[in-house]
Amino acid sequence: MTTFLQQLVNGLSLGSIYALIALGYTMVYGVLRLINFAHGDVYMIGAYVGYYLSRRLQGREPSLTSAILVMLGSMIACALLGVLIERLAYRPVRREARLTLLITAIGVSLFIENVAQLVFGPDPRFFPSLAPRADFRVAGVRLTSEQVTVIAVSVLLMILLRLFIMKTRTGKAMRAVSFSLDAAKLMGISTDWIISVTFALGSALAAAAGVLIGMQIPKIDPLMGIMYGLKAFVAAVLGGIGSIPGAVLGGLLIGTSEVMVVGYLSSTYREAIAFAILILVLILRPQGLLGRVHKEKV
Amino acid sequence: MKVWLSAAGVFAGLFVLNGVFMGSLVPGLAMPPYLLQVLCLAGINITLAVSLNLINGFTGQFSIGHAGFMAIGAYASAYFTVTFGQALRSALGFLPPFARDNVVLLVALTIGAVLAAIAGFFVGVPSLRLRGDYLAIVTLGFGEIIRVFILNIDAVGGARGYSGIPKLANFFWIYAFAGLTILVVYRIVHSSFGRTLVAIREDEIAAEAMGVHTTRAKVIAFVVSSALAGVAGGLFAHYLMYVHTNSFTFLRSFEIIIMVVIGGLGSISGSVLGAVLFISLTEGLREFAQYRMVLFSLLLIVLMIVRPQGILGHKEFVTFLTKRRRSIGAAPGTTGNA
Repeated sequence: MTTFLQQLVNGLSLGSIYALIALGYTMVYGVLRLINFAHGDVYMIGAYVGYYLSRRLQGREPSLTSAILVMLGSMIACALLGVLIERLAYRPVRREARLTLLITAIGVSLFIENVAQLVFGPDPRFFPSLAPRADFRVAGVRLTSEQVTVIAVSVLLMILLRLFIMKTRTGKAMRAVSFSLDAAKLMGISTDWIISVTFALGSALAAAAGVLIGMQIPKIDPLMGIMYGLKAFVAAVLGGIGSIPGAVLGGLLIGTSEVMVVGYLSSTYREAIAFAILILVLILRPQGLLGRVHKEKV
Repeated sequence: MKVWLSAAGVFAGLFVLNGVFMGSLVPGLAMPPYLLQVLCLAGINITLAVSLNLINGFTGQFSIGHAGFMAIGAYASAYFTVTFGQALRSALGFLPPFARDNVVLLVALTIGAVLAAIAGFFVGVPSLRLRGDYLAIVTLGFGEIIRVFILNIDAVGGARGYSGIPKLANFFWIYAFAGLTILVVYRIVHSSFGRTLVAIREDEIAAEAMGVHTTRAKVIAFVVSSALAGVAGGLFAHYLMYVHTNSFTFLRSFEIIIMVVIGGLGSISGSVLGAVLFISLTEGLREFAQYRMVLFSLLLIVLMIVRPQGILGHKEFVTFLTKRRRSIGAAPGTTGNA
């Protein structure tokens, strides 16, 4: 039982990371109907920005302030990057066929990965520790301070996102755009602005995930975004693409099942489980757990 | 009939060219080994690009796991040759020695193609029922899974790579299969089934309304495309005599996509052009290897913004030059009379 609880805690903390990335996928898919392939790479950039910022702050003692500074800095940098990607690459092809948009996204993803390999070097880097570490024991389950931070920060960000989307005018406009872009435009909503905001928010969440993973598994490399991005996308599909609570649920489920498979079966299947889940979802419930069926109209 | 005659002509020409390049026909005219290898890899890339174009270009479904099917073909056919090749060769004692090797190669390639086709079926059925984007993710994931899976099979060398494969493929076979792939895709695209595929690409809902069984058509196209990728993988293994899972990462899939997209989605000659261009650029920029993929990805983005249909668009090379006849499946309203 203790082992199971321990695995559950590990799974939830990994799942929170997936959930944070999945939110960006699902939000962008909601407004543009685009699988933003570059999203995983934005997460990687977030981790690297966090790495360089914390190297800058390393002279000081690890403290909560510096951790927050690193997190915010990385989120702002990636929000800008996300907006920039949308402006330069996606906006010019938005009216083209969806395939064109998808190929552009693949191109952006390849571009970021390869530039990152040139700039950061292909070798993994080790993330310096940001906050003082401590272990807690609750009912025989070991909780590292990193895990607690990851879960707490993720929950906080998700609550903030929820409030933003449900309570603010911009959030309301975002919901309108994801319901129907054309109708929202006719109602006088500046869709370009809303799409930019969506990219900024999604990228900031991915950056937060990047810094959190840097704290938890202190190893980052320029291609780390690919697998995490893919699994987070699977999480978004599992929860129902376009649905924000679905992305969180999907992320937690994928993270937990991955840790359980590694713990109880074999680590060989680590990468396979997410895709096995994806194929099952596609066969059994293509709209995802919390997604709604959209009838395609001509 | 005309097609088959010209195909026979091409095969005879290839046979002669093969003799010349290998230096066995005209002494002193042999090709430098490096150039010959580049030429042969270009041939394999043509097979890959043209086969991927069937699903990505003509059917409009986006697969990014072509390297996975290539890997299945490579490992399955290599395993067959290494394990049963000798037995088959002695069983074929009544044939002249060089024919024996070629029979072994053909059987191995067939096995690779069949296994890749089966894999294509199981990947295609769940994902092709849904809209295009899901196929992209499933194939990308599948490509990685198959690679990790092979990496863990010790019988084919695992992480050490699979060595000791006899060199059975040569210029002749590589280009014969490239030609065969072009022929197969050409015949499919110009059949009524090909029109079905193009209809799905142009408007899936409309195609369905006209009575097209869209999932069935998409799965058939996907299986054919996978089988041809398996053949390309088999040729790759039997040409280089060594395969490693690192040759079949998603980067390989992306390379094939770049070839197809640069040449033009839905243009067979475009894919050939794309494959040749890609290989020439790759080999030409060898000194700037680390900037190569940066350049290619940038090219992909700029191409999508400036000319999303690729260099040749939906047209074939000849129609592209004359621009008079309507090419198969050009976008409605953009071309003249049929």
